[in-house]
Amino acid sequence: MPTSYVNPEYPYQHSPDQDAQLPTHHPVIIAGGGPAGLAAAMDLAQQGVRTVVLDDNNTVSVGSRAICIAKRTLEICDRYGCGQAMLDKGVTWHLGKVYFGEEQIYEFNLLPEEDHKVPAFINLQQYYMEEYMVKRCMEMPEIELRWLHKVTAVNTDDSGTKVTVHTSEGDYTLSCDYLLVADGANSHIRSSLGLESKGQVFEDRFLIADIIMKADFPAERRFWFDAPFHPGQSTLLHKQADNVWRIDFQLGWDADPEEEKKLENIRPRVEAMLGKDMEWELDWASVYTFRCRKMDSFIHHRVFFIGDAAHQVSPFGARGANGALQGVDNLGWKLAAVMQGRAPESLLHTYDTERQHGAKENILHSTRATDFMTPKNNITKVFRDTVLDLSRHYPFARALVNSGRLSKPCSYPSSPLNTLDSDNFGAGVEPGSPCPDAPVGGGNGSGWLLNHIGNRFGILLKGEVDSNKLDHLVNSANALGQALDLICIDTADIQREDAVYLRDDKGVLNQRYDLGASAVYLIRPDQHVAARWRHFDPEAVAAALRRALGSELATEQAA
Amino acid sequence: MSTLNLDSNFSDADAFYAALADIHRDRTPEASEQINARLILLLANQVGDQAILEQALAIAGQIDSETDHDK
Repeated sequence: MPTSYVNPEYPYQHSPDQDAQLPTHHPVIIAGGGPAGLAAAMDLAQQGVRTVVLDDNNTVSVGSRAICIAKRTLEICDRYGCGQAMLDKGVTWHLGKVYFGEEQIYEFNLLPEEDHKVPAFINLQQYYMEEYMVKRCMEMPEIELRWLHKVTAVNTDDSGTKVTVHTSEGDYTLSCDYLLVADGANSHIRSSLGLESKGQVFEDRFLIADIIMKADFPAERRFWFDAPFHPGQSTLLHKQADNVWRIDFQLGWDADPEEEKKLENIRPRVEAMLGKDMEWELDWASVYTFRCRKMDSFIHHRVFFIGDAAHQVSPFGARGANGALQGVDNLGWKLAAVMQGRAPESLLHTYDTERQHGAKENILHSTRATDFMTPKNNITKVFRDTVLDLSRHYPFARALVNSGRLSKPCSYPSSPLNTLDSDNFGAGVEPGSPCPDAPVGGGNGSGWLLNHIGNRFGILLKGEVDSNKLDHLVNSANALGQALDLICIDTADIQREDAVYLRDDKGVLNQRYDLGASAVYLIRPDQHVAARWRHFDPEAVAAALRRALGSELATEQAA
Repeated sequence: MSTLNLDSNFSDADAFYAALADIHRDRTPEASEQINARLILLLANQVGDQAILEQALAIAGQIDSETDHDK
């Protein structure tokens, strides 16, 4: 099979831990070096926490696998320092077209809004995403990557965890305070601990045919219900980097996976779609089924499940890897705050509460899309086909057409870490929501708000700022062990060494955050809003900061 | 005259569709038919306005299978 990509091989290295008489202790071990595990290592490194990443393989993803990278994921990766490489290589798209038979029935534009650093989506093969993540991990001294070190057994209780690792040279044992499990959908560690990921299996099969071709189709997402070239089934066409195109054919439950993977069976399907004259080569093929499921709790003693090991969705909606990254984004700062003594252990439980909410949202949307695409009985097929038929003429029916509701950043509106609004905001960003980006002048010169916040708590200040009050807040934060980013918007009246001054030249920041003449936002290290006010009261901000660090959580949750 | 709204008026289109699929889950075809009839009657009463109902009936009646048959 020709291929557009050669997988890098990372060498096995012997670790001194393998010669130790007693298990070497590491504060944090991460099992699994896919997108979730690598992201977790980078997130913790940004917080100054050292990690050891154990992976059973010696390369990145084999095959393109997850290809749609959402805006929020790109922003998170930008915070880690590997977002630009993805943007440079990825294919930017924002237009999606939906067809029923020959006819286009619907089209959507994902980000009609200007003034964002990153686009709504890029398409990039998972191996590139992982390769750039590995490269960034290797630059970070806090991260030790161990390839071909496979976790084979885990023993855990409230005091910590022992991990047995298998290598070509034999087994060895490590101990850790926290184990992050990122060993994928069929998590061996999860099952070895007697834990389950529960949900439903969908009785349908899909063929991914990644083909290399030079075609001048636009970089749009094109989705067919009942495609004329693939009758009765759906088909997806999507462009990736290096002139690779993802074609996803629905096959039905009765299809034979081994037969369908063969080139001689793929060729007629592709030719029916693109015509016999189109020149293409097969890059990678896979037949898959999928499940929507999650664990009841993502935490087991001091073992934290992240990514597909914790929750799994169908691919329509791009909520797998994108959901994984938002989970890691949520966990990293909390784990660091607890490990560094800045927050009670109960803060860690909000990883579970906030991300259960995120996982449920992702499963709900991807289940609905899957149910629409694969009706379960005759009557739902009649409804589905009627919706598609009506949608050709009547706009109301287009609202019901579902070819995947694409991943949007998750908000945590009912998180116990939020301080509810006491002041009047007509719009802006509610507590629990991720911060939208906006163009800014000044500061580090990057030109974007999101490059000025994150990794630490920060406050965004607009209006008259009293430096004494700021001192008061900084002292309160210091007493909690918190360094605080002070970000002043269009403020000329004070000059402080410890503040960053940004200009809202285009007025977009004002509009997106409803800043008005005066506003204060408290922002978490994962760039989610914790609280906001119209006027700056250092006591109120300090109280919200304590709450965001878990001071108000019931202590029994710490169990 | 009142006009049938053909733009989306759903407060949550996906949730409605999921609930519709759910109510038909594991039903016999006869039961499904009955559920549909009940649903139409309930919603028709909610709409009430005869002029609007007649416009909806007119669109609903134009089904492809019959159009093809007429050709």
